[in-house]
Amino acid sequence: MDYIAARQGQILVKGKDNFNISCEKKSEAGSVSQRACVFCGSRVVLYPVADALHLVHGPIGCAVYTWDIRGALSSGPELHRNSFSTDLREKQVIYGGEKKLYESLIELIDRHEPKAAFVYSTCIIGIIGDDVNAVCKKVSQEKGIPVLPVHSEGFKGTKKDGYKAACEALFSLIGHGNIDNVSPVSINILGEFNLAGEAWMIQEYYKRMGVEVVAVMTGDGRVERIARSHGAVLNVVQCSGSMTYLAELMKEKYGIPYIRVSYFGIEDMAEALYDVAEHFSDYPEIRQKTEELVADELSELLPQLTAFRNDLEGKKAAIYVGGAFKAFSLIKALKHLGMTVVIAGSQTGNKKDYEMLQDLCEPGTIIVDDSNPLELSKFVKETGADLFIGGVKERPIAMKMGLGFVDHNHERKIALAGFKGMYNFAVEVHASVMSPIWNLRKEVL
Amino acid sequence: MLLRHTTADVVEREGLTINPVKTCQPVGAMYAALGIHGCLPHSHGSQGCCAYHRSALTRHYKEPVMAGTSSFTEGASVFGGQANLLQAVNNIFTIYDPEIIAVHSTCLSETIGDDLNQILIKAQEDGKVPEGKSVISAPTPSYVGSHITGFSAMVEAMVKYLSINSGKSNGKVNLIPGWVEPCDMRQIKSIAKRMGVENILFPDTSDVLDAPLIGKHQMYPDGGVTKEELVSAGDSIFTIAMGSFASEQAAKLLNKKCNVDYEVLDIPVGIKATDRFIMKLSQTAGVEVPSDFKSERGRLVDVITDQEQYLHGKRVAIFGDPDQLIPLTEFLLDLNMEPVYVVSGTPGKYFEKRIKELFEQYGIDGKVKNGPQADMFLLHQWIKEQGVDLLIGNTYGKYIARDEDLPFLRYGFPIYDRVGHSYFTTLGYEGGLRIVEKILGLFHDRQDRDAPEERFELVM
Repeated sequence: MDYIAARQGQILVKGKDNFNISCEKKSEAGSVSQRACVFCGSRVVLYPVADALHLVHGPIGCAVYTWDIRGALSSGPELHRNSFSTDLREKQVIYGGEKKLYESLIELIDRHEPKAAFVYSTCIIGIIGDDVNAVCKKVSQEKGIPVLPVHSEGFKGTKKDGYKAACEALFSLIGHGNIDNVSPVSINILGEFNLAGEAWMIQEYYKRMGVEVVAVMTGDGRVERIARSHGAVLNVVQCSGSMTYLAELMKEKYGIPYIRVSYFGIEDMAEALYDVAEHFSDYPEIRQKTEELVADELSELLPQLTAFRNDLEGKKAAIYVGGAFKAFSLIKALKHLGMTVVIAGSQTGNKKDYEMLQDLCEPGTIIVDDSNPLELSKFVKETGADLFIGGVKERPIAMKMGLGFVDHNHERKIALAGFKGMYNFAVEVHASVMSPIWNLRKEVL
Repeated sequence: MLLRHTTADVVEREGLTINPVKTCQPVGAMYAALGIHGCLPHSHGSQGCCAYHRSALTRHYKEPVMAGTSSFTEGASVFGGQANLLQAVNNIFTIYDPEIIAVHSTCLSETIGDDLNQILIKAQEDGKVPEGKSVISAPTPSYVGSHITGFSAMVEAMVKYLSINSGKSNGKVNLIPGWVEPCDMRQIKSIAKRMGVENILFPDTSDVLDAPLIGKHQMYPDGGVTKEELVSAGDSIFTIAMGSFASEQAAKLLNKKCNVDYEVLDIPVGIKATDRFIMKLSQTAGVEVPSDFKSERGRLVDVITDQEQYLHGKRVAIFGDPDQLIPLTEFLLDLNMEPVYVVSGTPGKYFEKRIKELFEQYGIDGKVKNGPQADMFLLHQWIKEQGVDLLIGNTYGKYIARDEDLPFLRYGFPIYDRVGHSYFTTLGYEGGLRIVEKILGLFHDRQDRDAPEERFELVM
């Protein structure tokens, strides 16, 4: 295999290679990396806050590529689904874009009366040195709403740095709301973005347990709910890559403990509920309700999975996702379907994540950090995978190779979280892997 | 009411763009480069740009899109991106082995002053470009122009770096199609072939972005204009550039550099633009127009006259890219429809001039705007002032279509929520027929949907 020499340490085969995978490295220049940038990280985290204004400060592109491409559903306002850009032109690159930014903010706030405004700095802002902080402060004072600069210049690091910038913006919203009526049995859900309405499903579970959800960050997000989230007793962090930092900040300032969970797959979902019940052990009825809930859901789900398993037993899956945490859950979920994982990789995993991946996988599994299409397609060929799980850029590669595919990223329209989601996942995997079309792949003409 | 945020009156805006009808230059450069066989586009900037452009193209074409990136970091932004690009060129040829690397810049690398041309000369001097391989580049800062001008810049680069006049004519006609779908490029080649005109079409994304499934991932699919053809374009007898925004610059440079005469025509959308294209081909290559074109044209005119009553007087709002909108506006006028609102985010005075001429010629009281603040917010305000019967544009039109309950024809880039655009051409007489079929289908479906019981009829 030809790897870029510098990438050798980022690929290992479990049971064959005996070294710690190297990760959290910058991508090699020239690689066809599947990674994104700081701005992308900030934008995906904050995007679902539906009653805030999201203004992208920079040339037009960044605003266009992030315009309503995330299926983060809102039950009310939809201001976030518009694309607002200062559309910087050559003149502002030379003379600065602060005036344009100020005028745009004033105009938009006057017209739409948002509850808060996020201003994203893109690459070029870092270079021309606009004082975005000063403009935001001025507008905030004039208009009486929080106007938050998000320092997300693309070149300043990886997607993870973007998550951090987004967390900082959210953190400055927290603490301004009234928390008098918050229940002593209450949580915030962090790192759940309501793709395909998943946040609603998860909230429903906690509600059935008797636990109040103060704020979801940021799925179906509202500024006011975020502002009073410091009233919650516990933070439940799902997408740990994006939101652990915020949980840490809240722990430090408000003393709110946090737990890391995953809502994907049977064990992880149940655990996410039991761990919360555990935290409120002074209220034994919660534990009881949780047991009932899980028993109810499983008695419905497990028989449904058997039929799929019969067909899928022994089939092989490849996983390449953004955050490694998603990969853990996927591996467990695929086991329920009788499938083994032969490739597991992520764009942003850290050492701990990769150790965990190794523990979960069978010997012979290829584990990879920051991969690229050429590598992925070689791995698929070598391992004879039947299914690929990834995002928008992996889908067509998988399809061209004649593999089944399940989207586990922004573009999925089917809820994969929770017990219902596990069923949906099984349906998707089964339909894709077992499609008769793969038999027509061979050329007969 | 997704767009209840749109005001009913047009508000004067200075700097702000809301729901754009354009995107940035680099994605156009990337698409153009994919139309060269064995080419790996390369984005000289932050990793995110490349990821976004690849995702945008993948969502539209439903195909893998390969491209490298210089993966800028803070260091590169301070000290310049030369080291990154040199390393990238080296890595790409070593690992991915393309015939050509087509580098385009981004706002970041332009602002810090990286000179692509000079860096690539250095790459060659340092022996990082293997024998027989090429590197070309185009400056595409995203604070200038739009995705269309970015496309144009990369097509121009193909000529600048590769085309040579050897002094010996190849007897071919160069065809520069502009930013159209892979199936449209195939259609242009097919028309030329049926007329017996030897040609070089560039760029050519057919069989690249509509590649068949053969059970393996091809880094470089079979399609695309070859490097040899691009070199040979300097020996052609004539160039037909389709669309002044995306194709004229390359034709102009080819004329200056290699002395190949050229003419700029509209993209062959609709009857008249197709007529002009076919006549020009016939005249340039000295060939007769085969009779089957005449019948094809006749069939299209026949369908239009058959269905005239459903089309006449219908008000239409269209938005998208200038080279498409000009002939499309003309075609709608020939269908006896009224394209009253025409909007494009791509700047350039020529666009407004042409559309206004068409308004005048057909006696239409319409509105047109392009460039800064020509966005969907404005288009929606116009529609709110006085309604239309049909909306034509890319996927992002669906919000307006839903809010105003309008029949909506998806046309242009990007289309994320339907298939077919990259497989069924809208160029030539055949493409004209498809446009008419689609429009009529929308009107008839709407009539059926809205008809009260006693007016719901079998024969419409």
